[in-house]
Amino acid sequence: MADTKGAGAVIEANEASHTNATIRVLVAKLGLDGHDRGAKVVARILRDAGMEVVYTGLYKSPKDVVQAAIQEDVDVIGVSLLSGSHVPLFRELCRCLREEGAEHVLVVAGGVIPEQDYPALLECGVDAIVPQEARAGLIVTAITDLVAARGRI
Amino acid sequence: MRAVARSRTAKRGAYTPSTELAKDVLSGRPIAIARMISRAEDGRAEAASALAELYLQGGRAHIVGITGVPGAGKSTLVSALISTYADEGHKVGVIAVDPSSPFSGGAILGDRVRMSDAAAAGSAFVRSMATRGHLGGLARSTLQAVDVLDAAGYSPIIIETVGVGQDEVEVVAAAHTIVVLSAPGLGDDIQAIKAGILETADIHAVSKCDKPEASATVSALQGMLALGGSSAGSDWKPPVLPVSSVSGERIGDLRRAIGEHWAHLRRSGELAVRQRNICRTRILGTAKQLFQNKFQQKPEALEPYVRAVTERRMDPSVAARALLGWEEDPWTT
Amino acid sequence: MDDVTLFSQQAIDDIRQNQAEWEGGALAATLKSRPEEKQTYETESGIPLKRIYTAADIADIPASELGFPGAYPFTRGVYPTMYRGRPWTIRQVAGFGNPEATNQRYKYMIQTGQTGLSTDFDLPTLLGLDSDDPMAFGEVGRVGVAIDTVDDVERLFDGIDLEKISVSLTINPSAWVIYAMFVTVAEERGCDLHKLTGTLQADPLKEYVAQKEWIYPVRPAVRLLRDLIMYSARTTPKINPVSLSGYHLSDVGGNALQEIAFTMAFTISYCEEVTRAGMDIDDFAPRLSFFFISHQDFFEQICKFRAARRVYAKIMSERFNARKPESMRLRVHVQTAAMSLTKVEHHNNLMRTAIQALGAVLGGCQSMHTNGLDEAFAIPTEEAMKLAIRTQQIIREEINVTSVIDPLGGSYFIERLTKDMEDEVWKMLDEIQERGGAIKLVEEGWFQQKLADSAYATFKKIDSGEKISVGVNKYADAASRSADVHIHPYDDHCTQLQIDRLRAVRENRDDARIQSLLKELVEQARSDDINLLPKTIELVRAKATLGEICSALREVWGSYSEPMIV
Repeated sequence: MADTKGAGAVIEANEASHTNATIRVLVAKLGLDGHDRGAKVVARILRDAGMEVVYTGLYKSPKDVVQAAIQEDVDVIGVSLLSGSHVPLFRELCRCLREEGAEHVLVVAGGVIPEQDYPALLECGVDAIVPQEARAGLIVTAITDLVAARGRI
Repeated sequence: MRAVARSRTAKRGAYTPSTELAKDVLSGRPIAIARMISRAEDGRAEAASALAELYLQGGRAHIVGITGVPGAGKSTLVSALISTYADEGHKVGVIAVDPSSPFSGGAILGDRVRMSDAAAAGSAFVRSMATRGHLGGLARSTLQAVDVLDAAGYSPIIIETVGVGQDEVEVVAAAHTIVVLSAPGLGDDIQAIKAGILETADIHAVSKCDKPEASATVSALQGMLALGGSSAGSDWKPPVLPVSSVSGERIGDLRRAIGEHWAHLRRSGELAVRQRNICRTRILGTAKQLFQNKFQQKPEALEPYVRAVTERRMDPSVAARALLGWEEDPWTT
Repeated sequence: MDDVTLFSQQAIDDIRQNQAEWEGGALAATLKSRPEEKQTYETESGIPLKRIYTAADIADIPASELGFPGAYPFTRGVYPTMYRGRPWTIRQVAGFGNPEATNQRYKYMIQTGQTGLSTDFDLPTLLGLDSDDPMAFGEVGRVGVAIDTVDDVERLFDGIDLEKISVSLTINPSAWVIYAMFVTVAEERGCDLHKLTGTLQADPLKEYVAQKEWIYPVRPAVRLLRDLIMYSARTTPKINPVSLSGYHLSDVGGNALQEIAFTMAFTISYCEEVTRAGMDIDDFAPRLSFFFISHQDFFEQICKFRAARRVYAKIMSERFNARKPESMRLRVHVQTAAMSLTKVEHHNNLMRTAIQALGAVLGGCQSMHTNGLDEAFAIPTEEAMKLAIRTQQIIREEINVTSVIDPLGGSYFIERLTKDMEDEVWKMLDEIQERGGAIKLVEEGWFQQKLADSAYATFKKIDSGEKISVGVNKYADAASRSADVHIHPYDDHCTQLQIDRLRAVRENRDDARIQSLLKELVEQARSDDINLLPKTIELVRAKATLGEICSALREVWGSYSEPMIV
């Protein structure tokens, strides 16, 4: 133990540049929307980009998702919604994150989301919205950019 | 096309030093527990002393390993167990291990699909871990994650291994109680993994007991146990328990058997033996890992030996001993 | 007779010889100076395509495989006169908000010339939850109409003559309850139940593998469908109690072959359940109906419909020994492919939909929903729906494609591809059989894995540009944006109104009676051979809510937990 303490200064310096740790993402389905084709494709894309993806399965409440995100210590929650209920569900998700003191977890929205709802989502705490036609590269960089901007914590 | 992001990506949450984090772990704060596990996984040097401190604070948890072939229904069983323990008021911890992709290094961790109901209830802490290239059915830092949960007061702590084949039996040297799950209709697999893990089971569970094929699997296992006798030096007779995780049928039997095995370990003194085995394995495993890391980080130090062995000026054994410092370095003599 | 082929051996020999000469001559010369764009050509589902088809390519197909319209094996169509006798039904689906909102849309569509109604339900209704259930948060009236009690069904069809217009209900896990409500409303209005026409979707197996809406484990869900089929056959003989839906299999990534093969595998399972319960195949099979997609690969889609009809006819005749021709004819409702639509340059969606709709007509569909051009991102507006209806009307009235039945029949290419697809489907059905049948494989996640793999493969093809989407990954125009689309506004008061009504119903009914009826239902469910419909209808009449009925049975059957498939 004495050894590691002695090396403290070097380690601190290391931490600052420690950005290559594996990114962990929770891919979640919120509410009653059963369309999981997109969520599963995204899960595979992120895995193939070297990320660790925790998949929640269907029918999760915002509270379930926040609980999972905390225990799994993910950097990002990615939620795909096609049910039209995105505004109330994301608002509730972001509220639960704040309530649990987990605002460090980034939130990315995908699925069928009309542009007119973008401002409402961004305002309630969604960090990025990925359009429906997004290709793999865009989905991956949306996440890596967000994590890089936030920094490792 | 681009993603629409918030203009102000506020810097949310600064780096909390691991020693600070460790205090929150001891007081049971989930965010701290989770992050400490991540630091162990990422192998951050800064976390080493905090993890060491947490180890010293632990030692109370009953560690239960659950293993079996892919498709046997491990996650579903673990989910049912979580509910049973939670109902009794236990703070149950789960580490569920899944393989990383050998191609990308990424992983899809799906155990929560079947577990999150129980985890969401708040009395369980479920963490998915990717193997990150580690073989043997566990991740390299699985046991450190167990240490963290142990220090935070979780018990039992269930380790769910990746679906194991023949040689992936690392969990045997990591847990106090080993439950091996078999599924009906996977008769051939019993043969396939017989040499490996079946014989190390403290408890056999047979899933999907509502299916007619289950009783054949139960008899096959009982037959195997009758032939093999009990493990040397122990009067514990591994029971064979049919369960149905879906209906929750007879999960209570399994829960009781796990409790009885724990009591048996403590009563008979076998617990101390197992603890020593676990520690021995961990020390050796960590030493091996550290040794590998050392030369992975500084490949140039290894290079002269590689060249010498390749050119048959030195044999691998002499080179290895020199690296370990067991023999005088041939280069200095 | 069966072995009579379409061409004489002499003709085939001549063609083969001439083709060899052509390939060695004109073709070889052209290929030398100008190679073809691709090395290989294939259909969307991977069936290899030749440069040209001749009589030699269909020399092995017996004439009896084609037959005549309205006769076994129905390759050329299910009715003897097809569109000459009756055009396909224009059936646009609609449903949102409160029952009144949907009712208003219905009246608008009837006025525009729509000839059948189709209802989408919101997610809580589909999943058997009342509008005030915590899990219904944010979902009430979103993707369809919200139904909690029989009163809501009364409001939904207010002013609509149920004996005159056919009603399609896109309802799944809770289908038997919605059916009970529908029958109750019709009875209370004094309708002749034998005159009611319409269709329920009620296809549980495809829910577990595609739409992912479920309440109970797989086997009880199939039992509920069995009860529904048997009850409906006796009580409402002109209602189709199930619409076997390949559409959704395609929607989650399945190709044309998987769409037919998996749907047929599910059909086999349902028929086995019902016949095992003692009903003769000819007493219910005439009311089995189907729902397929019309997707992008034009000719493959047309052949898909033809091959599906032939496979189905053979399954019913050979496997289930059906005797009535009505038991062997595959009647299909078609929807164009929502996932082919793009948000970018969304007006292009009109062209896509028109072509897919033409394919469905050439394939011989019985009814159709054409997607609104905004269907990729919202519930279609009235304007979009009108354009969609007009698309069908133009095909029907202006371009003279309905005068001749199966106009592409006999095309060397069409007949060869139809046969190739049929052969592939049989292979897949054999594999499913060998692996233990559809119900077991649904439980194990086998179909789910196949479809997820297929979806990922398709995504990668789009990502690499191998699969072209005009305006998106080819001919992309930096200047063109996703236009401002007027999006159907959601009604914020909808949820509160539903909840208020629900409470009012609960306060004004005989609760003790509901409780005792629920107990009886639960008891009946414990035994496998009691039909649950009569008790459900009693409950509905006593104003039990959808959520109460569905959750009572969870007590017996538990809930479904999905297998881990990504």
